[in-house]
This record gives sequence, C-alpha cells and structure tokens, in this order.
Amino acid sequence: MHIMYFTEQPMATYPADKGLEFGATALMFSNSHFDPAEGSRLYNEYIEQYVLAEDVGFDGIMLNEHHNAPFCMQAKANIFAALLAGLTKRVKIVMLGNPLPLAENPIRLAEELAMIDMISKGRLVSGFVRGGGQEQLATGVNPAFNRERFEEAHDLIVKAWTQPGPFRWEGTHYQHRVVNPWAVPLQKPYPRVWVPGVISRETVIWAAQHRYPYIALNTTVEQTQKIWDLYDATAAEVGFQGGPEYHGYLKQVHVAETEEKALENARQFTWMQGEFTGLAHPVWSTPAGYSSPENRRGFVEFSTGRGSSPRRRPSFDEQIRDNMIIAGTPKTVIAKLRQVMEATRPGIMALWANDGAVSHADSMTCIRLFGEEVLPAMRETAKALDLKSPFEAETPVSLAYSQDLQPRPVAAE
Amino acid sequence: MAAPLAWQESHIPVAGLPLRLRRAGPRGAPPLLVLHRDSGTPDQLPIHAALAERYDLLLPEHPGYGQSERAPWMRHPRDLVAIYQGLLAALDIPRASLLGLGFGGWIAAEMASLAPRDFERLILVGPMGIKPPQGDILDQALVSHTDYARAGFHDQAAFAAVYGAEPSTDQLVEWDLCREMSFRLAWKPYMHSQTLPHLLGAIRAPALVVWGAEDKVVPISAADRFMAGLPGAKLAVVPDCGACVEMEKPAEFARLVTDFIG
Repeated sequence: MHIMYFTEQPMATYPADKGLEFGATALMFSNSHFDPAEGSRLYNEYIEQYVLAEDVGFDGIMLNEHHNAPFCMQAKANIFAALLAGLTKRVKIVMLGNPLPLAENPIRLAEELAMIDMISKGRLVSGFVRGGGQEQLATGVNPAFNRERFEEAHDLIVKAWTQPGPFRWEGTHYQHRVVNPWAVPLQKPYPRVWVPGVISRETVIWAAQHRYPYIALNTTVEQTQKIWDLYDATAAEVGFQGGPEYHGYLKQVHVAETEEKALENARQFTWMQGEFTGLAHPVWSTPAGYSSPENRRGFVEFSTGRGSSPRRRPSFDEQIRDNMIIAGTPKTVIAKLRQVMEATRPGIMALWANDGAVSHADSMTCIRLFGEEVLPAMRETAKALDLKSPFEAETPVSLAYSQDLQPRPVAAE
Repeated sequence: MAAPLAWQESHIPVAGLPLRLRRAGPRGAPPLLVLHRDSGTPDQLPIHAALAERYDLLLPEHPGYGQSERAPWMRHPRDLVAIYQGLLAALDIPRASLLGLGFGGWIAAEMASLAPRDFERLILVGPMGIKPPQGDILDQALVSHTDYARAGFHDQAAFAAVYGAEPSTDQLVEWDLCREMSFRLAWKPYMHSQTLPHLLGAIRAPALVVWGAEDKVVPISAADRFMAGLPGAKLAVVPDCGACVEMEKPAEFARLVTDFIG
C-alpha cells in the first residue's frame, strides 16, 4: 500500500465573520481578507509538516491547488512540488493534481514537471485534474471546453514526454509551432499519472481507459465502491484487470493523544466543507458546461435553492458515525481505518490529516502519531488484505505501455 | 389573454444542422427575422402576436439554444451569421429586415455588416457585441440563471408575466443549455467583438437602435458606440424599462418597429 500525507494548506486566519457576512468564501470573497504575514507563517509551517511526514514514514506527499479561496493556499502546486523535490529524499511527490484545462500552454507544465522529476530523482507522480468549476472562472478559462481541454492537454504533455522533438501540434484548443522542451522527465516512459475525482463518471471511465489509477476524493464508502465497479468494468473492456493497485482513496483522518482533542480538531474539516456546501456559491462552483450533462438538472435546482447539492455533505456527527471523518487516538483511528480499508480495498490511501485552524503543534503531533502507530498498523492491514500499490504491483504506466492486454466487450451498465 | 399565436414550426437543414424555425404572419408581407437573446426565447409573447399581424415573422432558435441541436464546432457568433444567411437562402428570402435582441443584436449587426446589400432594415435592442465605454456587459457566469433573466427587466412584474414568479425547473435547464452555448460562442472577450465597432461602418441598411433606459445587462453607454458606427441610425431610449424592451414594453416596442419598418 502507498500511504500519502495531505493537507489542503488552509488559510484559516481570515476573519470568519466576513466570510459569513459575504455568504461565500470562494471566487469573489475579497482577497483584502488575505493576510500575507499569516500566509508566510503558514506556508513555512506546511513545509515543516511535509518534512516531518517524510521522516515518520509516509510514502508520499499529496499536493493540489486551488484559486481565489481560503480553503487552499496553494495557487500553483508545482511550486510546492519543486520545494519538496529539494527538501525531501524519499517520499513520492504526488500531484493531485495539475488542473490541465487551466493551462494555456501545457508544454510549460510538461517542462515544470520534468524539472521536478529530475530534481527529485524520479519521485514525481504527475496527477492531472479538470479543476473545480470556480477555478475556471478564477482563471478565465471556458468551462464549456473543460473536458476537451483536459484530454487534449494530457495527450500533448504525454507526447512531449515520450516522443523526440521537435514536433508540431495543431490541436483544437492548443496550437504549438515547435514542441521541443529541452527538459524531459527522468522516469521512463513517463512519470506515473494518477487521476483524482469526486462525482464525474466520465473521469472514472477516462482514467480506466488509460490504465491510470483513480483516487476517490473523500467519497462515501458506497460511492467509492460504485466508482470501483465502474472503473473495473471499463478496465475489463480495454483489457486489464482492475483492483486495489488502481484504486486510491482520500480520507479525512485526524489523530491526537486524546479522543477529545482529536474530535475538537476534526471539526475543522467541516470548516473546509464550506467550499462544497454552506459557504460555496452554487453558481460559481458549477458553471454551465462544466459538469456532466446528466447532472444538469440537479445543479440548476441546487443553484436556486430548490434541491440539495449533488456534492452535499452531512453533519459532523453523521460523518464521524459513517467513517467519513475518522478521528481519535491511534487505537480508535487504526480500528476505523481497518473497517474502511476492508470495505473499499484501496492500494493507495491519502490521509487528509489537518485542516482549518488546527495548530501547527497539533498538526505535528498528528503526523508523529501517524508515523509511530497508525502507519505500521495500516501496513499490517494492507498486507493481510493484499492491498498492493501500483509500485508494489509494478503496473504499467499507462494502457499504451501495457503488454498484457486482453480486451473483452463488457456492458458498462 | 388573446389566443396563442399559431406558429408554423419546421426544421430547416442549414450547414448540416436541423435549424428549428417558427414562422407566423401573412406570407408576402415584409419578412422580419428575429434573432433571440442569449437566454433563448419564449414561444408565446405579446410582441410575437403584434409583429405577426404585419410581418412574415421568422423566429429561428440558435443552434445549441432551446430545442435547436447544438453544433459542437461553433466558436463565434459569426458562425451564426453564416447559419442565418443559409436559412434565408433556403427560404428564398432575398431581403429581410433584422430584429436582433441583446445577444441576437450582435448577430444581426454582424449579418448586416458582412452582407450590406441584403437587408431592408436593422433593429437592434440593447445589443451586445461592442464593449461599452463605461461599465461592462453583465457576466452571467457569476449570477444564477433566474437572477440573470430577472436582470433583463426593470419591472419584476413584467418578468413574472413572462416566466412566472418562480421559473420552472425545465426553464432553468433550458437557460443552462443557453448559457453553455453562449460560453462556447462568446466566452472571451465576453459577449463582445473587438472588430465589430469598425465593421459597423459597412452597414447600409437603415438602423434603429433601441435601449431600455434601465438596462442592467448591457450598459447604455454602448449605445454611443453603435450610434457612432451606424451613420444615420435612430436611437430610441425607452424609459422605465430594462434590457428586454420587447418583453417589458411590448406595445410601445411594437409601435417603434412598425413606425420604422412600415
């Protein structure tokens, strides 16, 4: 099993009353509420936390990016990836990921990622995402072409990484006279690509069609199992067997020295959930054309307050009860994680450990307790359940680089 | 309320698209091609009935809006210009008048500039297509579908008369389809062209520019640009009225049209 540490890098020190007053903490919530002195402190604390995560035995550090919102301070995940490439020695640097549609020039991404891969001596996992709805608005990118841009940018980057240049690219959304980036990745044929997601069927299918592991982001156990069913059915169609080495799962898990402390800190996870529920703006989070057509009716009902969010989250107590949020002492957390691992059988797990206004000291304690007690127990569980990571299973990087394919037609549903 | 207008509905193949067309009014009367807003068009409106009394009224639905099939290749409102020239050719109508509403006004202005000899009269109602010198065209990406539609009306009772106080979910879905297609056509620069101000000078059709004095969608400052680019055009500013003059003040608007076209 591959176990990663994750934090959204929250900037929780903005005045909460201003967010409540404005009614949303996204996109249009004024950056006059951002305090760069606090930002500087937090960025540096996050670096310390990542370094500790490596020291205590995490296999990877998962990074992401968002724009115009306090729930995530990373505006460019590649900057932290570059820092970690130099500051760490062993952990995989797992980008989940670079939002491809936001790139006006995907070749620049290919270059940056190649540099990170070389500096880290081949520790890059280059996940790609579509970017949230509001990210399209924050960066002025047309949401109606989000998926087309995602797929074309991916194809261009992979070609730039695997085919000798120079070549020309006359695509639908990207045109490049000369593709010939001098920096190419150390890992061959190219760094592993993992694809995270929440609710889009199309993304699950796309990942499986490319044989890229899919990382379910904080979904319920039932949603996760449905995602695996779809992934594995698609995998069978294109000729490989799905299973744990293609299944990743991000969970909110906080560990502390007492149950009380853990629960108090875990409540901070709901601070962030404002993005997806209370303090999100339904119109900004789902611009027309961004979502699957099948979700159109649900989203327009939500946007007028007629329906609940298709991304709705239940109350904190329900989330604790249903293992959506896991919190407690190492003993409690180990037992609950075992339940989740048995029910979902992932080969990759991301532990979203600290959020909101959890203090630096508590974050460091949490990471330390993970390393001392939780990770060894998870590895035992993984062994007992035969949950292998893509590295352990030595899976091919992608479908195109597979030599064991046995495609067979399977009715998807 | 009067009996509903009996539209003749058909799908006319243009450039491989089955373009949805509603047609009403006496054949042989002066043809009037109505180019609808970015929010689509309701089927029954008092203004349709009023205009169908005097004109051969043609109300197509832009591809990707309402029930017209989306053309996934379209990238610019000028693509619609070609489609509508194709429609008029298919119907064998050599010289129509154009009535462009909001976003449809942009299309109409492009049509009249690209084919100056083809049009009898040009009427633009709160047209998009040109960057206003003061203020910006309202960005629908930042507001809900209903709020965007409401912004087109100064008197909210007039909005309710057309869409109901609480528009149906079917209406919201239709608006979302319209919005997606508008993004596909005019995302950046948003709802305007940097060349249209220059191309207006090619237009020969006599033009009437109509603006609601309380337009919250396209700032009325843009009227100056249209008037500067359209020599000899007339400007009619309708008081106590929002962007959707044809829906908010249909009787007054119908008089403006008939006075202008005849």
